[in-house]
Amino acid sequence: MSYDRAITVFSPDGHLFQVDYAQEAVKKGSTAVGVRGKNVVVLGVEKKIVAKLQEDRTVRKICSLDDNVFMAFAGLTADARIIVNRARVECQSHRLTVEDPATVEYITRYISSIKQRYTQSNGRRPFGISSLIVGFDFDGTPHLYQTDPSGTYHAWKANAIGRSAKTVREFLEKNYKEDMESDTDTIKLAIRALLEVVQSGGKNIELAIMKRDESMKMLAQEEIEEYVTAIETEKQKKT
Amino acid sequence: MNEVQNYGPERKIEFLHGTTTLAFKFQHGVIVAVDSRATAGAYIASQTVKKVIEINPYLLGTMAGGAADCSFWERLLARQCRVYELRNKERISVAAASKLLANMVYQYKGMGLSMGTMVCGWDKTGPGLYYVDSEGNRVCGDLFAVGSGSMYAYGIVDSGLKQKDLTVEEACDLGRRAIYQATYRDAYSGGQVNLYHVHSEGWNRVSQSDVLMLHQQYQAEKA
Repeated sequence: MSYDRAITVFSPDGHLFQVDYAQEAVKKGSTAVGVRGKNVVVLGVEKKIVAKLQEDRTVRKICSLDDNVFMAFAGLTADARIIVNRARVECQSHRLTVEDPATVEYITRYISSIKQRYTQSNGRRPFGISSLIVGFDFDGTPHLYQTDPSGTYHAWKANAIGRSAKTVREFLEKNYKEDMESDTDTIKLAIRALLEVVQSGGKNIELAIMKRDESMKMLAQEEIEEYVTAIETEKQKKT
Repeated sequence: MNEVQNYGPERKIEFLHGTTTLAFKFQHGVIVAVDSRATAGAYIASQTVKKVIEINPYLLGTMAGGAADCSFWERLLARQCRVYELRNKERISVAAASKLLANMVYQYKGMGLSMGTMVCGWDKTGPGLYYVDSEGNRVCGDLFAVGSGSMYAYGIVDSGLKQKDLTVEEACDLGRRAIYQATYRDAYSGGQVNLYHVHSEGWNRVSQSDVLMLHQQYQAEKA
């Protein structure tokens, strides 16, 4: 059997079809949005509707990688688990060899190089996830990076991945303000962006925030509802 | 007690343990002072050995033990530091550099490496000084002296460092004095005193003084 042959090969016009197909898999995943404010970074995901008998809290799409970095993903959950595990180990390895916490850029670069390796390996397929990685470096600068199945990464001020990513990104482009001082504004922007595409409002949103020098905090359902109500009131006032 | 044969394939390799190297932190950075004598038993092989290895413009390493071991591994360290700088777009910290060296030599523990080095530099947390050796020790500290003449050097530096806030000039004199005293009493140290100062912009070579000249100078001062 030809398991020694690469699965990702170039097409005659220069495409890596397996990578393109992986990106299609990402587009099927539930939406995730990330916003980088001045003093807070926010990640929000669309919660998948669970079956009646399924326990709600076992499916977590936002994972912390270290005290200063966390990420959300869109695409194949099982693939994401592998990436998250490797990234968590690498964060600790970095702390051990360099005696300093990893910067957000370092861990993003590490994740991207894993993904790239799988586009150039024997018998393996690319990872079917895009991820949004946010956090603060130990000098206090906030960062938001996006990686995709090809292994490239870019820094963003605000971005969305997964289903309806395009719509959400357009919304963010219209409504993002430079240097949002207020934490509440940053959080509200993320929620408003998700509300554009998520059905039935706040119940289907999962949100995590991180303020500088603090650890990641998952917002409770009630807190999200508070923000949603505030947003609705503002909307009413405008119309 | 096992006897180590001094001939045949199992013989002990003669090393540069005869040396005095020291480094200490102070308000304006790190002073690194070393002698320059190499001995093979009672024979003085050289009086002009360079025992400070310039890893990069802001990191220095000292040499005690096997000269080949020290210079080889520190050159390898220089390569790793440069790769780190290129990958991460910032200088490597002294802690990380010393950790890389310690991890490199730890893999050869028990195989006969002999290296006792001090990694000195300045990074964003200020002056950094680490002692790393081939046994696997890696210790952070404010003052280290390594080699056969280290005890004599400690005596001088310990008393000189009592006063707070040394100026650069005073700290250099202290380092020079300490190495001189070590060469005065230790047969295996001598030659010249090579003095370096590490500050926020990097290191610079302060002086190279022959110990016989220093002897004359200090004698004149006493009179």
